[in-house]
Amino acid sequence: MRFIRKTRYMQDINLIKHSGHLFWYSLLLIALFISPFGMDRFLLGEFSLVFVYAIAGLGLMLLVGYTGLVSLGHAAFLAIGAYTHAYLLHQGIPFFVSLTVASFFSGILGGLIGIPALRMMGIYLAVATLAFSIIVEQVLVHWVSVTGGFQGMSVPKPIVGGHDLSSPYAFYFLCLVILVICIFLTMNLLRSPAGRAMTAVRDSETSAESMGIDLAKTKTLAFALSAALTGLAGALFAHRLTYLAPDAFTIITSIQLLLMVVVGGLGSLHGVIYGAFFIGFFPQVIAIFRDFAPPGIAQIPGLEPAIFGLVLIFFLIYEPLGIYGRWIKIRLYFEEFPLYRKATYKRQKSFLRTERLH
Amino acid sequence: MSFLAAQDISIHFGGVKAVQDLSFSVEQGEVFSIVGPNGAGKTTIFNLISRIYDTTKGSIYFKGQDITRLATNQVAQLGIARTFQNIELFENETVLNNLLIGCHVHRQTNLFEEIFFLSRVRQQELQFRHSVEDIIDLLDLQSYRHQLISNLPYGVRKMVEIARALSIKPSLLLLDEPSSGLNPEETEDLSFWLEDINEELGITIIMVEHDMKLVAQSSDRVLAVADGQFITMGKPSEVQSHPDVLRAYLG
Repeated sequence: MRFIRKTRYMQDINLIKHSGHLFWYSLLLIALFISPFGMDRFLLGEFSLVFVYAIAGLGLMLLVGYTGLVSLGHAAFLAIGAYTHAYLLHQGIPFFVSLTVASFFSGILGGLIGIPALRMMGIYLAVATLAFSIIVEQVLVHWVSVTGGFQGMSVPKPIVGGHDLSSPYAFYFLCLVILVICIFLTMNLLRSPAGRAMTAVRDSETSAESMGIDLAKTKTLAFALSAALTGLAGALFAHRLTYLAPDAFTIITSIQLLLMVVVGGLGSLHGVIYGAFFIGFFPQVIAIFRDFAPPGIAQIPGLEPAIFGLVLIFFLIYEPLGIYGRWIKIRLYFEEFPLYRKATYKRQKSFLRTERLH
Repeated sequence: MSFLAAQDISIHFGGVKAVQDLSFSVEQGEVFSIVGPNGAGKTTIFNLISRIYDTTKGSIYFKGQDITRLATNQVAQLGIARTFQNIELFENETVLNNLLIGCHVHRQTNLFEEIFFLSRVRQQELQFRHSVEDIIDLLDLQSYRHQLISNLPYGVRKMVEIARALSIKPSLLLLDEPSSGLNPEETEDLSFWLEDINEELGITIIMVEHDMKLVAQSSDRVLAVADGQFITMGKPSEVQSHPDVLRAYLG
């Protein structure tokens, strides 16, 4: 068990709280930068996808886990980012400029969506965002001159300074670096007044307002930042898809994103990463399972969504704080090894406001 | 000019007249209590001052400024802090973060600086922490600093709520039944703290309170209301023995 002696307030403000953090996170980072050299191309692609999901997950976590607003329409922001990026690349805009603009554009639209959303709570907001994503889907289908309609549009290769980044190696590092930067900026946000205002709004709107927090501003900001991150993920996702069509961004995608933050663990950034690995790799696990299972089970159509649904239900009932919540418990078990009290978390089965969908 | 003045304020919810033509004024440095039977409209008066409800009629002035039509969050920025009858803390945050949220009104940095955590933000965080630590010291909350609110007992939550209100650095503090749910010992502590807050920090206090002993001990003046209407106002002993007050309580 680690006991931290605190002598300066900076120890609470700094992102790296103690030497253990520094050691393990450096090790993780080194491992992530070395490991691609031993990986096959398929696995490398899967990892890149997980990183892209994680960027989108950061955005959704900010909204759902930290501000307490539920969105069932985040596939729309993914689509807006992807299409904007692809369109701009076709116009000959440089890669990083286009990436930034796509993210900003998605963020601005997110902020605009946030304005009517201020008056809605819980399930009503979820339905409103769902409606927005359906509108976006229709726009993608009908605005043929820009989006190519049902035909879709191709995505130019990511080229930076004459180098083609579309190889699995280059794309892996591109996504990894962007993810690390996004995590860093999100952590900064969460330890500063703007981030605290979001968690305040999540836990009690009445008292947040009485503490001088502008609800409208905070919620709009949460929507805008969330959409910007998801839009950025969308732009990277476009390269992964290589060809954009409206059917890549449906309600199923939105639900998958929501599933990621819920299964990962609402209200934690670790949860985003766990959730991204879950939705990135779980389909592969099911595919492998199909190979080994008896044909009677293996050939059931729709096995994947069924198992996903089952897992979600299990988490909601037994571990509302998701994989991260489970991890905390396991860690505490080992930290207090012979003395772990079974009832440690018994009375704390409280739900975030988001989960209650009041 | 009074510190806080309410002039003929009324609020009607449909046919229910929760507060009717009530006028009172509070002077700077006072501890002012509002008493009355259940449903008298005491909390409603608080909700009118802190702008959670809109007044139907009348106006409220704070330091000479009309605050009747301000937004709820602007009231806090003027230096009016409040607590709630049914504790409204940020449950999934630590005590420290709850208090830091109180510092929000003193935020000087913008979003850009915060996302990159520039040195101005770092300095501000440090400064917030210092001012929060002063309050933690004042109210003896050291051992709870890093605990989640959802793990704290009721009495401590009550104190954390007062601490959070103080972290706004208010000039006027509204306490809604600060002693409800506290045991006699905790209530005793509370009366000392109220004195500290009032005298050392120089904060004007308005409280809604049922415990007449605490009211008599701490307040300079008392306002009695029943059915949303003014009964009497004056020194605690005068109000306590006023025939109309006795009638309102005993029927």
